[in-house]
Amino acid sequence: MKTNLKKLAADLDFEPLSGINLLDRIPQSAYVSDLLSDVIGKAQPGMLWITSQVHKNIVAVASLKELSAIIIVNERQIDDEVVKHAEDEGVVILASHLPAFETAGKLYIYLNRAE
Amino acid sequence: MEVQYEIRGGDFSAAGQASSEIKKLLKQFNIDPQIVRRIAIALFEAEVNVVAHAYKGIMKADIDTDSIRVTVEDEGPGIEDIDKAMEEGFSTASEAVRQMGFGAGMGLPNIKKNVDEMILTSIPGSGTCLKMKVLF
Repeated sequence: MKTNLKKLAADLDFEPLSGINLLDRIPQSAYVSDLLSDVIGKAQPGMLWITSQVHKNIVAVASLKELSAIIIVNERQIDDEVVKHAEDEGVVILASHLPAFETAGKLYIYLNRAE
Repeated sequence: MEVQYEIRGGDFSAAGQASSEIKKLLKQFNIDPQIVRRIAIALFEAEVNVVAHAYKGIMKADIDTDSIRVTVEDEGPGIEDIDKAMEEGFSTASEAVRQMGFGAGMGLPNIKKNVDEMILTSIPGSGTCLKMKVLF
Protein backbone atom coordinates (compact mmCIF):
# COMPACT_ATOMS: atom_id res chain seq x y z
CA MET A 1 0.00 0.00 0.00
CA LYS A 2 1.25 3.46 -0.87
CA THR A 3 1.88 5.86 1.98
CA ASN A 4 -0.58 8.71 2.42
CA LEU A 5 0.27 12.20 3.66
CA LYS A 6 -0.97 11.47 7.17
CA LYS A 7 1.46 8.59 7.69
CA LEU A 8 4.27 10.40 5.90
CA ALA A 9 3.83 13.50 8.08
CA ALA A 10 3.79 11.41 11.27
CA ASP A 11 6.82 9.32 10.25
CA LEU A 12 8.95 12.29 9.13
CA ASP A 13 7.79 14.75 11.79
CA PHE A 14 6.12 17.22 9.43
CA GLU A 15 3.46 19.35 11.06
CA PRO A 16 0.20 19.71 9.07
CA LEU A 17 -0.84 23.39 8.97
CA SER A 18 -3.71 23.21 6.49
CA GLY A 19 -5.88 20.59 4.82
CA ILE A 20 -6.10 18.25 7.82
CA ASN A 21 -9.00 16.42 6.19
CA LEU A 22 -7.05 15.97 2.93
CA LEU A 23 -4.22 13.89 4.38
CA ASP A 24 -5.43 10.69 2.72
CA ARG A 25 -3.75 11.93 -0.49
CA ILE A 26 -1.03 9.68 -1.84
CA PRO A 27 2.03 11.77 -2.76
CA GLN A 28 3.81 11.06 -6.05
CA SER A 29 7.49 11.95 -5.68
CA ALA A 30 8.57 15.52 -4.86
CA TYR A 31 10.02 18.68 -6.36
CA VAL A 32 12.38 21.14 -4.67
CA SER A 33 12.38 24.76 -5.81
CA ASP A 34 11.87 28.31 -4.60
CA LEU A 35 11.17 29.56 -8.12
CA LEU A 36 7.43 29.55 -8.71
CA SER A 37 7.59 29.43 -12.49
CA ASP A 38 10.02 26.53 -12.27
CA VAL A 39 7.44 24.61 -10.24
CA ILE A 40 4.69 25.62 -12.66
CA GLY A 41 6.77 24.44 -15.58
CA LYS A 42 8.29 21.24 -14.21
CA ALA A 43 6.36 19.80 -11.23
CA GLN A 44 3.85 17.04 -11.92
CA PRO A 45 0.37 16.63 -10.41
CA GLY A 46 0.40 14.76 -7.09
CA MET A 47 3.95 15.77 -6.23
CA LEU A 48 5.07 17.18 -2.89
CA TRP A 49 6.67 20.62 -3.21
CA ILE A 50 9.55 21.49 -0.89
CA THR A 51 10.11 25.25 -0.60
CA SER A 52 11.11 28.06 1.72
CA GLN A 53 8.65 30.48 0.08
CA VAL A 54 5.76 31.29 2.44
CA HIS A 55 3.80 34.01 0.62
CA LYS A 56 0.23 33.62 -0.57
CA ASN A 57 1.06 32.80 -4.20
CA ILE A 58 2.45 29.36 -3.27
CA VAL A 59 -1.16 28.31 -2.67
CA ALA A 60 -2.14 29.32 -6.19
CA VAL A 61 0.80 27.37 -7.63
CA ALA A 62 0.00 24.23 -5.61
CA SER A 63 -3.65 24.43 -6.61
CA LEU A 64 -2.80 25.10 -10.26
CA LYS A 65 -0.49 22.10 -10.49
CA GLU A 66 -2.70 19.90 -8.27
CA LEU A 67 0.24 19.12 -6.00
CA SER A 68 -0.43 16.79 -3.06
CA ALA A 69 1.15 19.16 -0.51
CA ILE A 70 3.56 22.03 0.07
CA ILE A 71 6.34 21.29 2.56
CA ILE A 72 7.67 24.49 4.11
CA VAL A 73 11.25 24.17 5.34
CA ASN A 74 13.48 25.99 7.85
CA GLU A 75 10.62 26.58 10.33
CA ARG A 76 9.57 29.63 8.40
CA GLN A 77 6.54 31.39 9.87
CA ILE A 78 3.41 31.37 7.75
CA ASP A 79 0.75 34.06 8.01
CA ASP A 80 -2.72 32.94 9.11
CA GLU A 81 -4.05 34.51 5.92
CA VAL A 82 -1.96 32.12 3.80
CA VAL A 83 -3.11 29.11 5.85
CA LYS A 84 -6.74 30.19 5.48
CA HIS A 85 -6.30 30.66 1.73
CA ALA A 86 -4.83 27.14 1.54
CA GLU A 87 -7.84 25.74 3.44
CA ASP A 88 -10.21 27.48 1.01
CA GLU A 89 -8.34 26.14 -2.03
CA GLY A 90 -7.90 22.59 -0.75
CA VAL A 91 -4.13 22.90 -0.48
CA VAL A 92 -2.23 20.89 2.15
CA ILE A 93 0.66 22.69 3.86
CA LEU A 94 3.12 20.71 5.99
CA ALA A 95 5.90 22.29 8.03
CA SER A 96 9.31 20.65 8.25
CA HIS A 97 11.68 21.62 11.06
CA LEU A 98 14.67 20.90 8.86
CA PRO A 99 16.32 22.82 6.00
CA ALA A 100 15.51 21.92 2.39
CA PHE A 101 18.48 19.57 1.86
CA GLU A 102 17.75 17.43 4.92
CA THR A 103 14.01 17.49 4.27
CA ALA A 104 14.48 16.34 0.67
CA GLY A 105 17.02 13.72 1.72
CA LYS A 106 14.74 12.17 4.32
CA LEU A 107 11.83 12.27 1.93
CA TYR A 108 13.83 10.71 -0.90
CA ILE A 109 14.79 7.73 1.25
CA TYR A 110 11.30 7.45 2.71
CA LEU A 111 9.42 7.54 -0.61
CA ASN A 112 11.77 5.08 -2.30
CA ARG A 113 11.52 2.72 0.65
CA ALA A 114 7.73 2.95 0.76
CA GLU A 115 7.47 2.01 -2.92
CA MET B 1 -19.39 33.37 -23.50
CA GLU B 2 -17.26 36.35 -22.49
CA VAL B 3 -15.82 37.30 -19.12
CA GLN B 4 -13.31 39.91 -18.09
CA TYR B 5 -11.29 40.67 -14.99
CA GLU B 6 -9.18 43.59 -13.91
CA ILE B 7 -5.62 42.98 -12.75
CA ARG B 8 -3.88 45.46 -10.45
CA GLY B 9 -0.16 45.99 -10.94
CA GLY B 10 1.93 45.30 -7.85
CA ASP B 11 -0.86 43.53 -5.95
CA PHE B 12 0.66 40.08 -5.39
CA SER B 13 -1.93 39.11 -2.76
CA ALA B 14 -4.60 39.19 -5.50
CA ALA B 15 -2.41 37.63 -8.20
CA GLY B 16 -4.04 34.50 -9.57
CA GLN B 17 -7.64 35.51 -8.87
CA ALA B 18 -8.59 36.12 -12.49
CA SER B 19 -7.04 32.88 -13.72
CA SER B 20 -8.60 30.98 -10.81
CA GLU B 21 -12.07 32.34 -11.69
CA ILE B 22 -11.68 31.30 -15.33
CA LYS B 23 -10.42 27.86 -14.29
CA LYS B 24 -13.50 27.37 -12.09
CA LEU B 25 -15.71 28.41 -14.98
CA LEU B 26 -14.03 25.94 -17.37
CA LYS B 27 -14.40 23.11 -14.88
CA GLN B 28 -18.18 23.47 -15.19
CA PHE B 29 -17.95 22.56 -18.87
CA ASN B 30 -17.10 19.15 -20.19
CA ILE B 31 -13.46 19.95 -21.02
CA ASP B 32 -10.50 17.57 -20.64
CA PRO B 33 -8.98 18.36 -17.19
CA GLN B 34 -5.50 18.35 -18.71
CA ILE B 35 -6.51 21.10 -21.12
CA VAL B 36 -8.08 23.08 -18.27
CA ARG B 37 -4.80 22.73 -16.37
CA ARG B 38 -2.80 24.01 -19.38
CA ILE B 39 -5.10 27.02 -19.72
CA ALA B 40 -4.92 27.78 -15.98
CA ILE B 41 -1.10 27.70 -16.04
CA ALA B 42 -0.89 30.05 -19.03
CA LEU B 43 -3.41 32.47 -17.51
CA PHE B 44 -1.69 32.47 -14.11
CA GLU B 45 1.68 33.27 -15.67
CA ALA B 46 0.10 36.02 -17.78
CA GLU B 47 -1.62 37.47 -14.73
CA VAL B 48 1.58 37.42 -12.67
CA ASN B 49 3.37 39.23 -15.53
CA VAL B 50 0.88 42.09 -15.28
CA VAL B 51 1.16 42.20 -11.47
CA ALA B 52 4.97 42.09 -11.60
CA HIS B 53 5.57 44.53 -14.44
CA ALA B 54 2.56 46.70 -15.33
CA TYR B 55 0.42 49.34 -13.64
CA LYS B 56 -2.88 47.69 -14.47
CA GLY B 57 -4.37 45.29 -16.94
CA ILE B 58 -7.47 43.48 -18.14
CA MET B 59 -7.89 39.76 -18.82
CA LYS B 60 -10.66 39.01 -21.30
CA ALA B 61 -11.69 35.44 -22.02
CA ASP B 62 -13.96 34.33 -24.82
CA ILE B 63 -15.08 30.73 -24.32
CA ASP B 64 -16.46 29.00 -27.40
CA THR B 65 -17.59 25.42 -28.01
CA ASP B 66 -14.21 24.33 -29.37
CA SER B 67 -11.69 26.80 -27.94
CA ILE B 68 -10.88 29.59 -25.53
CA ARG B 69 -9.30 32.89 -26.61
CA VAL B 70 -7.81 35.09 -23.94
CA THR B 71 -6.44 38.61 -24.31
CA VAL B 72 -4.37 40.16 -21.55
CA GLU B 73 -3.77 43.83 -22.16
CA ASP B 74 -1.88 46.11 -19.81
CA GLU B 75 -0.76 49.65 -19.30
CA GLY B 76 2.86 49.54 -18.32
CA PRO B 77 6.47 49.85 -19.42
CA GLY B 78 5.99 47.42 -22.30
CA ILE B 79 8.65 45.06 -23.63
CA GLU B 80 11.66 46.45 -25.50
CA ASP B 81 12.75 43.21 -27.13
CA ILE B 82 10.09 40.51 -27.43
CA ASP B 83 12.46 37.81 -28.75
CA LYS B 84 14.67 38.38 -25.73
CA ALA B 85 11.66 38.28 -23.37
CA MET B 86 10.69 34.90 -24.81
CA GLU B 87 14.10 33.42 -23.94
CA GLU B 88 14.08 31.11 -20.93
CA GLY B 89 15.96 32.76 -18.05
CA PHE B 90 15.68 36.35 -19.26
CA SER B 91 13.77 38.68 -16.93
CA THR B 92 13.60 42.36 -16.08
CA ALA B 93 11.79 41.73 -12.77
CA SER B 94 12.77 43.75 -9.71
CA GLU B 95 14.71 42.28 -6.81
CA ALA B 96 11.56 42.34 -4.65
CA VAL B 97 9.69 40.29 -7.24
CA ARG B 98 12.60 37.82 -7.52
CA GLN B 99 12.65 37.38 -3.73
CA MET B 100 9.12 36.01 -4.04
CA GLY B 101 10.31 33.37 -6.48
CA PHE B 102 8.96 35.12 -9.54
CA GLY B 103 11.07 36.76 -12.23
CA ALA B 104 13.00 33.63 -13.15
CA GLY B 105 12.42 34.32 -16.82
CA MET B 106 10.20 31.28 -17.24
CA GLY B 107 6.73 32.83 -17.39
CA LEU B 108 6.49 33.56 -21.11
CA PRO B 109 8.16 30.25 -22.12
CA ASN B 110 5.70 28.45 -19.80
CA ILE B 111 2.81 30.21 -21.51
CA LYS B 112 4.11 29.26 -24.95
CA LYS B 113 4.38 25.59 -23.93
CA ASN B 114 0.79 25.48 -22.72
CA VAL B 115 -1.19 27.25 -25.44
CA ASP B 116 -1.90 26.44 -29.08
CA GLU B 117 -1.48 30.01 -30.32
CA MET B 118 0.28 32.95 -28.74
CA ILE B 119 0.74 36.47 -30.07
CA LEU B 120 2.71 38.95 -27.98
CA THR B 121 2.88 42.60 -29.01
CA SER B 122 4.08 45.63 -27.12
CA ILE B 123 4.60 49.35 -27.39
CA PRO B 124 7.53 50.24 -25.12
CA GLY B 125 6.51 52.94 -22.67
CA SER B 126 2.82 52.24 -23.21
CA GLY B 127 1.86 48.62 -22.64
CA THR B 128 1.75 44.98 -23.69
CA CYS B 129 -0.91 42.83 -25.32
CA LEU B 130 -0.86 39.03 -25.10
CA LYS B 131 -3.33 36.96 -27.10
CA MET B 132 -3.64 33.25 -26.47
CA LYS B 133 -5.80 30.48 -27.87
CA VAL B 134 -6.28 26.93 -26.62
CA LEU B 135 -8.31 24.32 -28.48
CA PHE B 136 -10.53 21.97 -26.45
